[in-house]
Amino acid sequence: MFPELNNLLNTTPDRAEQGKLTLLCDAKTDGSFLVHHFLSFYLKANCKVCFVALIQSFSHYNIVGQKLGVNLTMARERGQLVFLEGLKSAVDVFFQAQEKPHPLQFLREASAGNLKPLFEFVRDALKPVDSGAAGWTYPVLLVDDLSVLLSLGLGAVAVLDFIHYCRATVCWELKGNVVVLVHDSGDVEDEENDILLNGLSHQSHLILRAEGLATGFCRDVHGQLRILWRRPSQSTSQRDQSLTYQYKIQDRSVSFFAKGMSPAVL
Amino acid sequence: MATVATCGGDAVGVGSAVATASKSNVTSFQRRGPRVSGTNDSGPRLVSITGTRPSVRNGQLLVSTGLPALDQLLGGGLAVGTVLLIEEDKYNIYSSLLFKYFLAEGIVNGHTLLVASANEDPANILQELPAPLLDNCKKEFDEDVYNHKTPESNIKMKIAWRYQLLPKMEQIRPVSSSRFGHYYDASKRIPQELIEASKWHGFFLPEKISPTLKVEPCSLTHGYIKLLQFIQNIIYEEGFDGSNPQKKQKNILRIGIQNLGSPLWGDDICCTENGDSGHNLTKFLYVLRGLLRTSLSACIITMPTHLIQNKAFIAHVTNLSDTVVGLESFIGSERETNPLYKDYHGLIHIRQIPRLNNLVCDESDVKDLGFKLKRKLFTIEWVQDNYLRQERNIYPPGFSYLLKQKDSAWGEGSLQHSTFLMSFLAKGMGFPFFQLKLLLKDGFVLIKKGMLRDDSLRCSHSAI
Repeated sequence: MFPELNNLLNTTPDRAEQGKLTLLCDAKTDGSFLVHHFLSFYLKANCKVCFVALIQSFSHYNIVGQKLGVNLTMARERGQLVFLEGLKSAVDVFFQAQEKPHPLQFLREASAGNLKPLFEFVRDALKPVDSGAAGWTYPVLLVDDLSVLLSLGLGAVAVLDFIHYCRATVCWELKGNVVVLVHDSGDVEDEENDILLNGLSHQSHLILRAEGLATGFCRDVHGQLRILWRRPSQSTSQRDQSLTYQYKIQDRSVSFFAKGMSPAVL
Repeated sequence: MATVATCGGDAVGVGSAVATASKSNVTSFQRRGPRVSGTNDSGPRLVSITGTRPSVRNGQLLVSTGLPALDQLLGGGLAVGTVLLIEEDKYNIYSSLLFKYFLAEGIVNGHTLLVASANEDPANILQELPAPLLDNCKKEFDEDVYNHKTPESNIKMKIAWRYQLLPKMEQIRPVSSSRFGHYYDASKRIPQELIEASKWHGFFLPEKISPTLKVEPCSLTHGYIKLLQFIQNIIYEEGFDGSNPQKKQKNILRIGIQNLGSPLWGDDICCTENGDSGHNLTKFLYVLRGLLRTSLSACIITMPTHLIQNKAFIAHVTNLSDTVVGLESFIGSERETNPLYKDYHGLIHIRQIPRLNNLVCDESDVKDLGFKLKRKLFTIEWVQDNYLRQERNIYPPGFSYLLKQKDSAWGEGSLQHSTFLMSFLAKGMGFPFFQLKLLLKDGFVLIKKGMLRDDSLRCSHSAI
């Protein structure tokens, strides 16, 4: 986790809020550093994490996690982390018919499927063990990323249904958190993605939006992060609080600064 | 030991192959060096494969793309286990050349090749590969480049150089040179002995599927399914994923897929606006990447993206690939007559570089890259006024400067040049606006305000 980002969000692993949906989105840049941040944040907060990693392999997150101070292999071994590696499972489910429904069962179907098997996987992963001896604080679902599901043929409505079910189970029933990443296609017309993004934006409590600079690539400022706090259940007469920072990603951390205050310029 | 393409037996044993493959824990993403606790693979095994080297940034194993200039732009080379997607230029001239460089590099390094095409027999593709310039020839093309300048003084040098050459390479086996990345002569064909000494597999779509076969609807186009099964079979049979107990493989599999997404593959993404409603191509890419991540292989795919009308689809494909490079040739376009581009054959756009095992990646600072193809050299250069290249170092951002009229290659007067320079310097600030004040005679001041629009150095000007 990045200490500077914790300061901006005003949280620490000890006193994070529960029952929240956090939406991460990126436009014209790579927002995966936010995923690494939340993964290490919740592992340090001693939560039970279910990570649906659809876009990269386990060792990628493991190596970056070690730079941020968490060991994913050990977390997986002691049961704190349940890791669904999308790429590896896709090969399994594609080449061989499975007896019981596989979380990525939709890859075998010709027409648009639904994400019920994936939801059942998440629910089984996060349901509290009866013995209760493990002592994890609260469950967290992390998905990287949802736009891949759209590319693979699922409709925006199916993905929204999946998130709805996950929120009902994880956020409301189990008092945990859900963090998802969605790519914003920007000026490219992608209806399904826009539906998904708008739908999730209305449901989220916290939106972190990583954008590339309007002027293009710059070596010292990698992008701009917009943080938006929302209260979806309450009336909209209260204004949502929003902050904008620019950031630069380094080898082991990310530094944030106000717009135009990059150390390279000052 | 001529090898014939092993096209047969593609679907046999696929089911059992998967069961054992899923149990293996091979991943090509390895940290070289001291054993990190928790990694469950033997560390040093991967370092000693010919034609690979670890990345300086994260120890990731890299292979050369066949173009040293492109290797540099991609941060050292192509990572093993990843996909390099080439967006084809309009007439598929330079993209097929890059495709051939990749395969030729595999032959020179002794890697195994897998060539898949729907319109050309893989055996023919291999015949047309460019000839590698081996160590004794490198001096010759160096001379070619500099020869035209001082021919007289060079003659004496030529003789001296030849005496210093290493003994001629007689062996027919692929040159086991420890050099990473070789140069190729695009005008010569690769020697037949090299092809025969190499191991390759071909997948020619018309041979694999018969048009009269009744196919029940399934999740992917029939051609894609066959190709995936073929690739998966080769990976298992030859032990590239480490799961086959009989085969201990210490080599790289180079996969090349040509014109993926074209109608010849049975895909309609290039034909209609709402093509690929079955998401065949994206599913294919996803499963392919899953296969690559768990094996010692690297894949190059060329795709005619200029035919795809659905731009959102290209964004999906980009997100599902690792490295994406776009080629734009000047043939037939208005840029052919643009004096700025007169030395170049086209532009090359590095659209995406993956961040593997890392938060950052090695992006090059320069986004305006042009390429030119000479007989023995494919160079990629920053397309800029040479003069400006020096300016960038002289004028760091954050200051105001008094510019005097100087010589410019544009020869259009100082205003255009100065505006260009200002926009160029403004890029480092992260702000889109810049202001230019020109002191004219009689005390008049010309104020030009501009706003940067995008990644290239074009900018729009507002009136005074």
